[in-house]
Amino acid sequence: MSNNSVVNITNLLKQFPVGGDYFTALSDINLNLENAEFMGLVGPSGSGKTTLLNIIGGLDSPTKGNVNVLGMELGSSSHNERANLRKTKMGFIFQSYNLLPVYTVFENVELPLILNKVETQERNRLVTQAVDWVGLSDKIDSRPAQLSGGECQRTAIARAIVHKPTLILADEPTANLDAENSHHIMNIMVRLNKELDTSFIFATHDEKIMAYLRRIIHLEDGQIVKDEHFDNPKSGKN
Amino acid sequence: MLFNLAIKNLIGAGMRTWLNVFVTAVSFFMIIFISGMYDGMRSHAKQVTIDTEVAGGAYWHPQYDPLDPFSYEDSHGIPPEEIRDLIKNEKAFSILVSQASIYPSGRMMPVTMKGIEPEQSIINLPTRSLLKETDGLIPVLMGNSMANYTKLKVGDSFAIRWLDANRTYDADEGLIVYIMETENFKVDMGTIWIPLERAQTMLDMKNEATYITFAKNISTVQEKGNWIYRDVDYLMRDMEAMIAADEPNARIMYAILLALAGMGIFNSQILSIFRRRKEIGTLMAIGMTRSRVVGLFTLEGGMNAFFALIMTLVLGGPVFIYFSMYGIPLPIDYTEMGLIMAKRLIPVYTMGLFVSTTLFISFVVLVLSYLPSRRIAKMKPTDALRGKVV
Repeated sequence: MSNNSVVNITNLLKQFPVGGDYFTALSDINLNLENAEFMGLVGPSGSGKTTLLNIIGGLDSPTKGNVNVLGMELGSSSHNERANLRKTKMGFIFQSYNLLPVYTVFENVELPLILNKVETQERNRLVTQAVDWVGLSDKIDSRPAQLSGGECQRTAIARAIVHKPTLILADEPTANLDAENSHHIMNIMVRLNKELDTSFIFATHDEKIMAYLRRIIHLEDGQIVKDEHFDNPKSGKN
Repeated sequence: MLFNLAIKNLIGAGMRTWLNVFVTAVSFFMIIFISGMYDGMRSHAKQVTIDTEVAGGAYWHPQYDPLDPFSYEDSHGIPPEEIRDLIKNEKAFSILVSQASIYPSGRMMPVTMKGIEPEQSIINLPTRSLLKETDGLIPVLMGNSMANYTKLKVGDSFAIRWLDANRTYDADEGLIVYIMETENFKVDMGTIWIPLERAQTMLDMKNEATYITFAKNISTVQEKGNWIYRDVDYLMRDMEAMIAADEPNARIMYAILLALAGMGIFNSQILSIFRRRKEIGTLMAIGMTRSRVVGLFTLEGGMNAFFALIMTLVLGGPVFIYFSMYGIPLPIDYTEMGLIMAKRLIPVYTMGLFVSTTLFISFVVLVLSYLPSRRIAKMKPTDALRGKVV
């Protein structure tokens, strides 16, 4: 594991109890993610992409193996330590946006900063900056119900990046979006990756996303079957 | 931080919040309203008893036992001088009690005949009506329940038969001079009131009395002979015992009201919290700890109770004030059932009632917010994010 390592996984096994038996969702996973990587976990439904993403995010725990994320061994950490890691160093983007419906765009984006106890003035500056990044300044006082799918996902991206995390985990971020919005969203994330050196891990089976990735981990039946690197992916251009 | 988030969530949820608050406020209102009526009923019963019967207390003839009509024959005598001075100074008045029979419309009916000083103003009975000229007939005052029962009305006459001090039966004709509206069944049912002097003459008990009722705030006399001093507490003990006996009923009613209110609040809180599972998962995903999630939702519940209290005071306050001023008309006359109850019940809303109800409902809301949110916060964040049913 190098000093530059953001995620280091060795011999990961994840099983879920099903009836009286166990279903193996992931097995023999070994993976290392360096800083500022732009990586995708790709595979068909049920291949274990989301499970792996959740384990990396500390939302789920491994059955066996070591998972080290941003220097923290998740298997031996407490719930509060993992929550603190997510709060300070991670950002999440979900397929269904998971915006809080009663909050405006500003308030949704502000939430991670409130949790991180950032001062009000600094909060306002960072939220404005993040919303500007995703091009939603004119919708800052709108509620999710007043936004399109693309705008909701851009709000979710702003929420994920506002506290400048080291790692962003995105679970099917374009699954509910049309082609134009998908490219727009991906361009934003490529830009973030370049300008802020933020590492990205996507779970996807959307080919539009794959075209932007510099590294693709192929999963099948819970195992890594291929690890591809691309020198010149589609980057920041439609 | 949690406070600001809770405020945002509550205000932001708009109609959902106000529906929850409304349900809680209705619970507040119902409990305070019904408990106020109940307290009002009991307070009224006490007040009426003091006002029309007990005043500041009494001196009883040593033989007198109001629960034993056979004691009436012997329970009469001339009060000690110091008590007579009270009477002379209009700070007390005599009542002479005896058994009698009346014959309205040819029926015979045993009654308690009480001679009372017509010009007394210590208890609130229309005794001055006994001063009316009756052309030699015995002026009789009775309550409306008694009048209904005997089918007598003002101006009707009927025979009265009694046993005098010499144990001789005598009889004469009485004339109804007044029928009083009273809520105190003890001065109404089974009782006829006649002028004291006339009673003393009829019974051959000149200057005698069975008991002396004195005005409020009169200090006890030093020389009361063998007459027995009865203070208000003693004279009210039956009433207090009735109220004490009724206490379990009051508690059961309060518990039923609270249970109903609790169910309403539970439904709205459970619905509100469980439909926000995904939100809880999102909060945990972006780094909120379980304890903070529980704290946030519990705080929201507490604020819900606070808003409900404000809503109760704003919307229910005028209703409370109106009813505490003008009362609530009751559909039937409960005095006929032997209950001291006003025809227009004035509820009593005490600060204690408000505070205890507020504390209790707030506690219920907090518990009902805490338990489901704790359960959801215990879920794996991945399940909460999917909105999985617990």
